[in-house]
Amino acid sequence: MAMFRIWRGSAAGGEFHDYTAEISEGMVVLDAIHQIQALHANDLAVRWNCKAGKCGSCSAEINGSPRLMCMTRMNALPADEPITVEPMKSFPLIKDLVTDVSWNFRVKKAIKPFKPRPPDAADGTWRMAQQDIDRVQEFRKCIECFLCQDVCHVLREHHLHEEFIGPRFFVHAAALEMHPLDVENRTADLKKTQGIGYCNITKCCTNVCPESITITDNAIIPLKERVVDEFYDPIKKLLRVFRPAR
Amino acid sequence: MDMEFVQFHPTGMVWPPSVRGILVTEGVRGEGGVLRNQLGRRFMFDDIPEAYKRQTADNEDEGWLYTQGDKNARRPPELLTRDHVARCIVREIKQGRGSPHGGVYLDIAWIKERVPHAAELIKKKLPSMYHQFKQLADIDITKEPMEVGPTTHYVMGGVRVDGDTQMSSVPGMFAAGECAAGLHGANRLGGNSLSDLLVFGKRAGAHAAVFAKTHDAGRVNPSQVEEAARSALAPFERGDTGESPYQVQMELQEHMQDLVGIVRTEIEMARALDVLADLRQRTARVGVGGNREYNNGWHTALDLPNLLTVSEAVARAGLERRESRGAHFREDCPEKVDLFGRFNVVVRKGRDGEMVISRQPIPEMPPQLKRVVEENK
Repeated sequence: MAMFRIWRGSAAGGEFHDYTAEISEGMVVLDAIHQIQALHANDLAVRWNCKAGKCGSCSAEINGSPRLMCMTRMNALPADEPITVEPMKSFPLIKDLVTDVSWNFRVKKAIKPFKPRPPDAADGTWRMAQQDIDRVQEFRKCIECFLCQDVCHVLREHHLHEEFIGPRFFVHAAALEMHPLDVENRTADLKKTQGIGYCNITKCCTNVCPESITITDNAIIPLKERVVDEFYDPIKKLLRVFRPAR
Repeated sequence: MDMEFVQFHPTGMVWPPSVRGILVTEGVRGEGGVLRNQLGRRFMFDDIPEAYKRQTADNEDEGWLYTQGDKNARRPPELLTRDHVARCIVREIKQGRGSPHGGVYLDIAWIKERVPHAAELIKKKLPSMYHQFKQLADIDITKEPMEVGPTTHYVMGGVRVDGDTQMSSVPGMFAAGECAAGLHGANRLGGNSLSDLLVFGKRAGAHAAVFAKTHDAGRVNPSQVEEAARSALAPFERGDTGESPYQVQMELQEHMQDLVGIVRTEIEMARALDVLADLRQRTARVGVGGNREYNNGWHTALDLPNLLTVSEAVARAGLERRESRGAHFREDCPEKVDLFGRFNVVVRKGRDGEMVISRQPIPEMPPQLKRVVEENK
């Protein structure tokens, strides 16, 4: 038997309710939530799909840490105290454990899309070096669970959703910027409208990523370097006096 | 149409209980993974169907070469059609040669006998499988075999549509992908689902757009709408003292698995119809608490009548097809029968809401397609 404290309520308010679940070998938190739903709380709202850490739907905060419920095994949590499960804090609540993450989809639309250079060969194909592909492959692992957005203090504490796109979309921008065929320039957007300067590299996002993407070191810092290189290089700054910035 | 054809993927996880049924990709076998029983025997070599003998390896070395890209080698028997592999696994389990948790072993770790740095190679080629087993089952697939068993995967049957426009027999209703029927015959091949979506999804959309432009919006019957709304809200009136929707759903799953699963018989499918009638009565008593907002219990209550309709169609179509073909395997009629190859089984709603089964002749193959088939023989 395990004790659960699950947040129940809507945008108007709510509170923790206590439940118990019978635990068997190999169970994950999502199984316990389903059991509680089936036996004690039929109308408990929880979003889920694949149960294998691939779809990024069942994001929640378990004992205070942003996790996927389907990938958090019961035997990895302390057995002698109640397990708290609550919704993500960076997004508006719909009900119980379900939040409205649609802000993320709006943000994504504002990022300049992939723009490949003209084909290298007459048959319309390109040539890429494996080394260049390996570099961006990591970013493609993202399942859009938005746990990195949830943990980021710029969104969570300061609510700068209108000025800051969050770690998930720096990863997305990095995947495009570092793509060997891409010729678009996104550094001006990153600096001016997407707020990359707000990130002070505390690496919270990297720590919660269920796909183990090295968000801060491999995506955000290289993007920050590009911004610095383009806008804060003293020699370039001098040149800009004579030649207007774009 | 074709509702009797439900595909089982041969390799789903079987342990721990919470992950039962989660898919283990065919890629594991493609990269050299082999199936073994409790005794360590590669049982897939024991039963290679006559029709596939010519294209299947008859020894371990040749099978291995195929997985390493040797164009002259024939494929290992682990890569035979999904229905066959699934049935071989069921046979091993039923005859007591299964693994401790009711599956068989899928072993990729063994390739260390053939290649250097096997562990790194496995992690590179199958990263998501490596993590899936490591995180959910505490199993390192570079060192130990996985336990796997068949899991429900894809429904070949579905809404009967026109082959060119994708329009169903209801004017203005279009279907494409898994919910449509016909494209994958009795047994879909791996990878064809995505190409189905790309090609026929586009066609369905294009034809739906043309239809919308050339037809007025139909008239809605307000009393039908009221009736639909009333029955949708009925579970709230019964409240959470009514029958639990989750309980009915769980029992439906268990019965369908037992009675209309991978290996079917007339007796079991007939019994399934009785069980479904009983579950239908219980569904009428299902109740939920709370309100309409994001209420998973209510959603389940709304799903139940549809799940029962689909289940009944599968069972009735399965009874009608007295042979074994593709994904539909009957222990009491284990052979393929030519006569049954000339029609599809179609299920319709009868005058009084009952299900009516009919046999619809398959139209003759157009000459240009016949030519393609001949050329590839």
